[in-house]
Amino acid sequence: MSDPTLPTVEDAVKLGLTRDEYALVCEKLGREPVQVELAMFSLMWSEHCAYKHSKKLLKTLPTEGKAVVMGPGENAGAVDAGNDLICVFKVESHNHPSAVEPFQGAATGVGGILRDIFALGARPIAILDSLRFGEPTSDRSRYLLDRAVAGIGHYGNSMGVPTIGGEVYFEPAYETNCLVNAMAMGLVTKETLIRSAATGLGNVIVLFGASTGRDGIGGASVLASAELGEDDADKRPTVQVGDPFEEAKLVECSLELLELGLLVSLQDLGAAGLTSSASEMASKGEVGIDIDIAKVPLREADMEPFEIMVSESQERMLCVCTPENVDAVIAVTDKWEVHGTAIGTVTDTRAMRIFRGEDLVGEMPVDALVDDCPLYDLHPEKPSEPLYAAPEATLDADASLTDTLLALVGSPNIASRLPLFQQYDWIVQSRTVRRPGDCDAAVLALPAGNGLAASIDCNGRRVAADPYTGTVEAALECASNLACAGALPLGTTNNLNFGNPEKPEIAWQLTEAVRGLGDACRALEAPIVGGNVSLYNQGADGPIYPTPVVGMVGELPDVDAAGLLGFQEEGDAVALVGWKAAPSLAASELAKLRGEALPDGLPAVDIDHVMATQAVIRDAVRSGALASAHDIAEGGFAVAVTEACLAGGLGATLKLGDTDDPFTRLFGEAPGGFVVSGPADALQALATDGVPVHVLGEVGGEVLTLAVGDDLVTVPLEQLTAAHAALAPLFP
Amino acid sequence: MKFGVVQFPGSCDERDAIAACETVDGAEAVLLWHRDADLHDVDAIVIPGGFSFGDYLRCGAIAQFSPVMASVITFANSGGPVVGICNGFQVLCETGLLPGTLLPNEKRRFLCRQLDIEVADTNTPFTRNLTQGDVLSIPSKHQGGRYYAPEPLLEQLEADGQVVFRYANDCNPNGSLSDIAGVCNVARNVVGLMPHPEHAVDPRTGSDDALALFASLAGGRAYV
Repeated sequence: MSDPTLPTVEDAVKLGLTRDEYALVCEKLGREPVQVELAMFSLMWSEHCAYKHSKKLLKTLPTEGKAVVMGPGENAGAVDAGNDLICVFKVESHNHPSAVEPFQGAATGVGGILRDIFALGARPIAILDSLRFGEPTSDRSRYLLDRAVAGIGHYGNSMGVPTIGGEVYFEPAYETNCLVNAMAMGLVTKETLIRSAATGLGNVIVLFGASTGRDGIGGASVLASAELGEDDADKRPTVQVGDPFEEAKLVECSLELLELGLLVSLQDLGAAGLTSSASEMASKGEVGIDIDIAKVPLREADMEPFEIMVSESQERMLCVCTPENVDAVIAVTDKWEVHGTAIGTVTDTRAMRIFRGEDLVGEMPVDALVDDCPLYDLHPEKPSEPLYAAPEATLDADASLTDTLLALVGSPNIASRLPLFQQYDWIVQSRTVRRPGDCDAAVLALPAGNGLAASIDCNGRRVAADPYTGTVEAALECASNLACAGALPLGTTNNLNFGNPEKPEIAWQLTEAVRGLGDACRALEAPIVGGNVSLYNQGADGPIYPTPVVGMVGELPDVDAAGLLGFQEEGDAVALVGWKAAPSLAASELAKLRGEALPDGLPAVDIDHVMATQAVIRDAVRSGALASAHDIAEGGFAVAVTEACLAGGLGATLKLGDTDDPFTRLFGEAPGGFVVSGPADALQALATDGVPVHVLGEVGGEVLTLAVGDDLVTVPLEQLTAAHAALAPLFP
Repeated sequence: MKFGVVQFPGSCDERDAIAACETVDGAEAVLLWHRDADLHDVDAIVIPGGFSFGDYLRCGAIAQFSPVMASVITFANSGGPVVGICNGFQVLCETGLLPGTLLPNEKRRFLCRQLDIEVADTNTPFTRNLTQGDVLSIPSKHQGGRYYAPEPLLEQLEADGQVVFRYANDCNPNGSLSDIAGVCNVARNVVGLMPHPEHAVDPRTGSDDALALFASLAGGRAYV
């Protein structure tokens, strides 16, 4: 007969484990788990921690390349940034917390990704964010947007880390389940890069940072690994509360500990708190760890062992040091007022043993916790019916070309992002050479005169229309943005935001998207060095658009040559570069405004041709041949030209020649097209085998004039500027 | 010439301030840790931007009690040049070294933008190399920078030429009274401003219009 004080299989189910998984836990332990053990297994075996529905797919992604210093598996990926510097970067999601409590959800999302960066010994140097909300006509979406932006700013600004770029899309599919993904970058030298493996029998585990409370208990399992439902307000206590001041001290403390050479390894506490940090450190080092929870500084005295082990209280770090260095480590944590406490030791047991004082309250093999969670096969099936309703039309099908241009320029997905960006500090640390809105990619200067460029992107509507091609396009879009800065990709991070993978149609989206991501990143030689998976993003109104957010970091040899997107000089010629095939209106922004349903599939993408065009643009930017370069994305050619006009404060007069279909010509979308400006002869010289260059007119005046066939679009910049400011009223 | 840049827990722009000070030929700049009352023989002090002590309670309210601040006050009272930038300006107002106070922005949002300020007075160690009316392009980024002083004090500041910088060209980002972006004390050796001159020392990252401010400050006490 089982012990009545032990948790039951029903308790396990409430914690998110299946009955079979519970049986497997019993088998691994050779007995039924006690409460603390069950809590730890339920988190380590959650989708969020164990990637049980995505791990098999993720193994198909390219992870190796000449610039890769460290691939997936550590807190973040790392690439060689030249001159002995390493850039570490990663994107992570905080979707469900943000849907429940947007300010703290977004803030702690930023805090979490920053800890991943400095856990490697790197100083965080930049944040980019990728946001998705329902249409701004919805009260709830406006509230989520306002508070999420405030939360990102609150944390990043207070930490002294610039937010240098990002993207936001508004689609009805994100109405219930918004997305808040944050990407961070850091810099470290080869000598100071540190890993998380616990080593050295008898070495000491020191916890430092905030004290441990009851906040965030079960965040990874209850909140992050289940669909959103009606009782979500009840889940608010599972959202953590952030304190950027505590984390600002943690960064300085961690970097000082490393500079003094006091650490064997370092790890942050994120999802599943002490449980995942300690067991992953033990797993990587192939050791065991003993933890005495009686030594953990608590916010509330009467916390149970399981609460201490799974608390997701923010702003905490775990390090390993030799016994003789403990006093020196504590002295540094005292200097920064982050309360270092020795809470455990490295052992040779290969077990996680949890003590409360003298009493052993839990004991589990490390392998069972970290590696033995069952992995599930997906059962992908292409849906026979459309998954997403057609959007509501906001533009008449017979609107004129001019009215269409103005509607697109003012549509929420295209309007100026400045009202969001100006709530972020983008200049602190004095590296930001291209601010948001200056260039398609953000650009940071490095000490040797070279630069890093970064971009984050994903058009979920196009992925929803065609998960494979849409994802290829997202990766190509990032690389195109880097090309406009003059940068070549070094590596990629990604955040796979999808619905419930146990449903065949979502499994199909996920499988196709990962296949597309792999193909594109292999071709681009931009391997995946890290990332995150966020599943179960759906509510009663259905799944989100599949949103494989791609973040890419590249290098440019001379940061002074970094590209600009705005027209610079009256009289410069303007050319369209690339686009061997004609663009199409399928799944375009215009199709959305017209209320058209998503097509079943997108035109195939010629990756090689897009890459050849990117090479032409990149080389021309690097050589200084171009005054401006801008990638054509949402809204097509006419919107890209408008953006170049507004960024430079200059008009243009362009002739596009004859066409039967001026709307497709002006507003059609396809990857691999660029609007560039510069001296006419320099633009003509760009044409190479296979990469078309069409000089269409010149920069000048205060009006944008586009002649297409027999039609003439003439709009004063003033009118375009007013339309482009459509998001400003959302931030009164 | 040796500059000291005060570092509190939560300071953000201290390394940028060090780099800005070191744009001056032959100048050295050191961090002054907030718990260390020793000023290490510096000739001028910069209190940088950031969120000292998390801006808890009130921006700058806790930092005024750090040991280094007692020494900064003594240094200032003996005529030593002190400049507070953004959070540093807030700290100096809290200590009483500078008149007035900084309230939450009119729109209650953090706002980051490049803007123009006009040099309103050149009789300070920070502005002596400039000309009255010079307009500088400089970034500003804060959520609590609305300068406020009660009417009689405001009149006195204007009459005594203690307004050192004003937002120009309709750039007032926060609702500051009389477009005030920076002020000095009666003795004119302590200056505070909300915009960030340490981020206007390199055209690559925006502008280098503030180089002349740091060059001015390098004159140390010899400004009178």
